[in-house]
Amino acid sequence: MREMIISELSQALHEIARDFAHFLPRLIVMLILALAGWAIAYVVKAVLRSILRLIKFDKLSENAGASQLLAKAALPSATEMLSRFVFWVTWLGFILLGVRALGILGLQEQVARFFLFLPRLFVAMFILFFGLLAASFFSRAALLAAVNANVPSPRVLSLAVRTIIIVFVLSIVFEELGLAEQTMLVAFGIAFGALMLGLAIAFGMGGRDLAKRFLEKKFVRGKKEENEDELSPL
Amino acid sequence: MAEESFLTDDFLRQLINVGEVDILVGLPTHNNAKTIGPIVHTIQSGILRGFPRERAVIINADGGSRDGTPELVTGISIDDVRPASNLQALRTLHSISTKYASSPASGVALRTTLAAAELLRAKACVVMSPESVSIEPEWLSKLLRPIYDDGFDLVIPTYRRHKFEGLLITNLLYPMTRALYGLRIREAYSPEFGFSGRFGSQFLGQNVWNDGTDGAGVELRFTLAAIARRYLICQSFLGEKDRIEHSGADLVPALRQTVGTMFSALETDFPVWSAVAGSQSPPTNGADHEMLLEPLRINRKRLREMFSTGVAELQSVFQSILSPSTLAELQRIAPLGDEEFHYPAELWVRTVYEFAASYQKSVISRDHIVQALAPLFRGRAFTFLMDNRNASADEVENNIEALCLEFERLKPYLLQLWKPRE
Repeated sequence: MREMIISELSQALHEIARDFAHFLPRLIVMLILALAGWAIAYVVKAVLRSILRLIKFDKLSENAGASQLLAKAALPSATEMLSRFVFWVTWLGFILLGVRALGILGLQEQVARFFLFLPRLFVAMFILFFGLLAASFFSRAALLAAVNANVPSPRVLSLAVRTIIIVFVLSIVFEELGLAEQTMLVAFGIAFGALMLGLAIAFGMGGRDLAKRFLEKKFVRGKKEENEDELSPL
Repeated sequence: MAEESFLTDDFLRQLINVGEVDILVGLPTHNNAKTIGPIVHTIQSGILRGFPRERAVIINADGGSRDGTPELVTGISIDDVRPASNLQALRTLHSISTKYASSPASGVALRTTLAAAELLRAKACVVMSPESVSIEPEWLSKLLRPIYDDGFDLVIPTYRRHKFEGLLITNLLYPMTRALYGLRIREAYSPEFGFSGRFGSQFLGQNVWNDGTDGAGVELRFTLAAIARRYLICQSFLGEKDRIEHSGADLVPALRQTVGTMFSALETDFPVWSAVAGSQSPPTNGADHEMLLEPLRINRKRLREMFSTGVAELQSVFQSILSPSTLAELQRIAPLGDEEFHYPAELWVRTVYEFAASYQKSVISRDHIVQALAPLFRGRAFTFLMDNRNASADEVENNIEALCLEFERLKPYLLQLWKPRE
């Protein structure tokens, strides 16, 4: 009986030792991959940061309105944020490769899913950035046009343009990421519909006088504003 | 010849039939049937009177008129002019027309005229506006003689205008051209001008035709190129300029054509204007300006209100363009009433120079920068109107001169703001 126990124990210890001997090289490989990954990610981050500074990415981000959002959230500059993001994605990629090398069955599927998700993440970020850029450009264009045409409440018009574009961009981003697609679709439909209804009511209520003036100017001849001379700028 | 490529075969055939000419009159049109008849008659009369022995051609570059303008131009016979004026031409006066596009583009129209002038080896050329209903036959001689007889390369007209007409010219274009390029050209952006075949060919070869603006403001670019390249320039007094009805909404296109073009030219011409100090008057035939003082009813209040609204609403845009001190000063004067409001010359010059530097650095979309100047210009226009409401011609001229000197005095400020080319 005693010998049996000792034999079982020694066999169990032997198996553990064998498994550990089997696992140790994989762990070392994982650590090497993580270490090498950190070094590579660091180099990628440094190179990317230089390139972004060279192409004045912060300026672009400022124009897109992204810098202001980052500043409000007490986050670093857009260049720094993107560099850090790429650093972490690269390093995480190497760590996950290392985890895969460990040969743990359950984890392998998660790792594969992560790598499949990466391109979609980048596309979503790309859409978000250029969407913010477009929102900033068109809202400013609307603001300038409204101010120069002496339209009442130009900032409301500009904000409406910005909001519509951002809502539209966010719905595309979430769809790209595959996050709560149905919820986002419904939320987008409700938000967009509410916005349009709100605008329609606002324009209908507030624009009566404007529409009246416009129609009078357009169709009632001889009623030039206060019969005053218009100045030619040139 | 590379420039032939954009001309149609039919137009080239017509040009070949004409052969070489001494005088070329360019007439860009677009739906000008109402005014073009008398203008062509006057041009023909001007050629008969001033250049009866020279070979001459009228080139009509049409931007897709639908009212029969090109047919009117080519259909008007010189025989209609002869009996009335008792004049005889010794040469045939050709009139040919080409449709360069289905929509008007002043750049393409000028390019067509320049290419035709080069092909026909024209010695002296003139571009006439299809809307100048006050045109006189003498205008042709005034614009062409300095080129044909005296060897000038560019003749810029000066006009008799109301003291409040052309405020963008008197408050920005003239003073800034003068301060930066060193030449006191009163009407750098004019629909009429004369030029030598030599300068026309040189400008035709410049890379200014494909900037995506359809050539808006190319006439100003033409003048600035002549100044920058030290061509011989003079001014000729033509007479009264027509008062064209412009609505307030025309200001932004006018800013694009003038301010946008000038800001863009400053980039390429930096080596020229950065080396210029002071300014000189060009040779001028006749008066370099004349002013009409008849009273006008002008909605000044609206100008000031649009300035105040603009400063308040466009704060985020101005923060990207203006220095904090300039913006603070604008915000200080914006709420003032009609009587207290004053946009001083120094602040206006600083504003314009900061806009020019921001345009060069592309701090935001360049077109947005130009558009953002509109409300501020209205504020400056209000001050100009208030300062000169009871002023005599001499007093108005003194005020314009003072503004010009302010632009010249603050030129180092622009140089300081200007980013060196990398």
